Amino acid sequence: MLLTQPFALLGRTAISWVNHLGASTVFFYLAFMRIFRPKQLPKIVEQIYYIGARSTLIIMLVSLFTGMVLGLQSYHALVKFGAQGSLGTLVALSLVRELGPVLAAIMITARAGSAITAEIGIQRISEQIDALDTMRIDPIRYLISPRIAAAIISFPLLTTLFDLIGIIGGYISGVLLLGVNAGTYLYRVQASLDLKDVTDGFIKTVVFAVIVSTVCCYQGYFAHMRSDSHGAQSVGLATTSAVVLSCVLILVTDYVVTSLLI
Amino acid sequence: METPLIQFQNVTKRFGDRTVLEHINLEIFEGQITTIIGLSGSGKSVLLKHIIGLIKPDEGTILLRGQPLNTMKKKEMVASRAKISYMFQSNALFDSMNVYENIALPLRETTNLDGKEIDRRVMARVEQADLGDAIHKYPSELSGGMQKRVALARALVTDPQIVLFDEPTTGQDPVRKNAILGMIAQYQKKFGFTAILVSHEIPDVYFISNRILALYDRTIVFQGTPEEFEDFDHPFKTEVIHSLEGLQKELTGLHSSRQFKLRYRGQLSGGAIGETYAVMVFTLEELDTVATRLGHEAAQEAIRSLGVYLGKHFGAIGGFSTRHGINEYVTVLPASDLAEAEGILRGFIKEFQLQEQGILDIWAAAQRRSDSDECVALTMLAGLAQGQPGQEIESVIELAKHQQKVISRVRCITRGEDR
Repeated sequence: MLLTQPFALLGRTAISWVNHLGASTVFFYLAFMRIFRPKQLPKIVEQIYYIGARSTLIIMLVSLFTGMVLGLQSYHALVKFGAQGSLGTLVALSLVRELGPVLAAIMITARAGSAITAEIGIQRISEQIDALDTMRIDPIRYLISPRIAAAIISFPLLTTLFDLIGIIGGYISGVLLLGVNAGTYLYRVQASLDLKDVTDGFIKTVVFAVIVSTVCCYQGYFAHMRSDSHGAQSVGLATTSAVVLSCVLILVTDYVVTSLLI
Repeated sequence: METPLIQFQNVTKRFGDRTVLEHINLEIFEGQITTIIGLSGSGKSVLLKHIIGLIKPDEGTILLRGQPLNTMKKKEMVASRAKISYMFQSNALFDSMNVYENIALPLRETTNLDGKEIDRRVMARVEQADLGDAIHKYPSELSGGMQKRVALARALVTDPQIVLFDEPTTGQDPVRKNAILGMIAQYQKKFGFTAILVSHEIPDVYFISNRILALYDRTIVFQGTPEEFEDFDHPFKTEVIHSLEGLQKELTGLHSSRQFKLRYRGQLSGGAIGETYAVMVFTLEELDTVATRLGHEAAQEAIRSLGVYLGKHFGAIGGFSTRHGINEYVTVLPASDLAEAEGILRGFIKEFQLQEQGILDIWAAAQRRSDSDECVALTMLAGLAQGQPGQEIESVIELAKHQQKVISRVRCITRGEDR
């Protein structure tokens, strides 16, 4: 009995994970197919405002300092080899290929993803989702599809903003504070980036958008089915799970997608 | 025989190892108010959620107009669901939407009506539910009673044929409870829908219900009219009804309808004493107008005040009273002949008419529950009849009702006036 217990626990956990993976895939599929139903556009625009427009400030702030610290660290590493002229290349490629999509996705998860889970979770435990059902309003169409569509639209736009402000941050620390030649920095940024870098970055952001929106909506939608808690506590735990799981999945899928794209 | 609108045949529902409903058989008929009563946690809400399809049974069949729900095609199911509305115990209002948006939601999302028509329908319900001043407010800014009215307006905005009410009076004070029940009864008469209620408000629900279903120990132990329920002998009554009735008498000084009949049978109709007795019927007229102009809470406060007045007056001289209808009280004076009872009634009328204080007190109580300054009229009727041992109480009450005369009237008074 003692010997088999760890294996049983492992098996149960694995089965539970596979169940959730399957359920969330079906959940995403159902929500995605309902994006194109009538009367969805106003709700999508509203969610773009909540997920996208209202995340702009935090994205700009984080990207500015990310670019600045990247410029600072890279300058001190490159100067050892007398290659400080390549600072623009290093900042631009790091941001567009990796840091932009990943950090933007993590920041949106922290700001908007947690709010999505909490809002849907509260709607679930206060029977608002059941009320939609009784009014013959499909809750997945009404609540989930607009959020997934808005995430798919907002993530690439916010990542682009992140990249742009990050490059400006690198310029501030590298050129204005450490004295790298401005023309060289800007030329290197322009010359080192090709279309594939940009499209690869966008592919990642769309994948992250799907993951973050699905995980956050799924956790909130099924908050009432958590076995470890009830009521308001289940919403709190669902929000924590949504943020942690989204961040972990962003980093894991970043590696997988990067290895497929390179 | 009439086909039931909704029928449960051996329905069983389990959650894990716990059986909540077991072999449930029940019938609900069209155009009636049916109330499901039972202890907390006995599965009443689960039963209600089966009707609208939020929960599916593990065993058994649910029939809608004779057709099993589980064999219906998707289109038929959608069409039948369109005729049912559900009012949640917690109201389930969308807290990020204001009152207007909450009521308009089902029309906006499930119909192709244009904005003007939606506005017209929503505003009609807003007016009926007396929510005109609250349409731009959010649920968190409303009182519990107003939230209930919003939920009711939302449930009725699609003109449903069946409305399910899951404990619509939970968390309300006694006057608001009766106001909500009165509102349900009034709307049911007005719109003709079939109402199915889950409620603890015994015996208040009897006044508005056509049928009672009692859920006890996972199954339906009684279904029939409130009158038939009076004679129902089952442990359910000992556990639920008696304790609630005892509490009600303690709080109001009035007997429940069942206690009233028991005392009547025990003391009077058996003829053991062989004495005559007198029955008085008091009616507060134009209560519907009060409800329309001052609100349902004001109307309920008026009828409650009358009850307290009668309880105090006749209780002191050995009489016992009960509420007999939406706007009616019955008082029995044991061991009184007609002449003696007439003297007692004259004394009561004299006191009641003393500077019209009695009816003004009732009017003032109603006004306290209302923000409206509208002018209302109140009329009080009283009638008297003599009962003989062995005679059925209902026939004596009918005789007394035929003898009713106006004993006091307030024609039109507004707030701030003395009379």
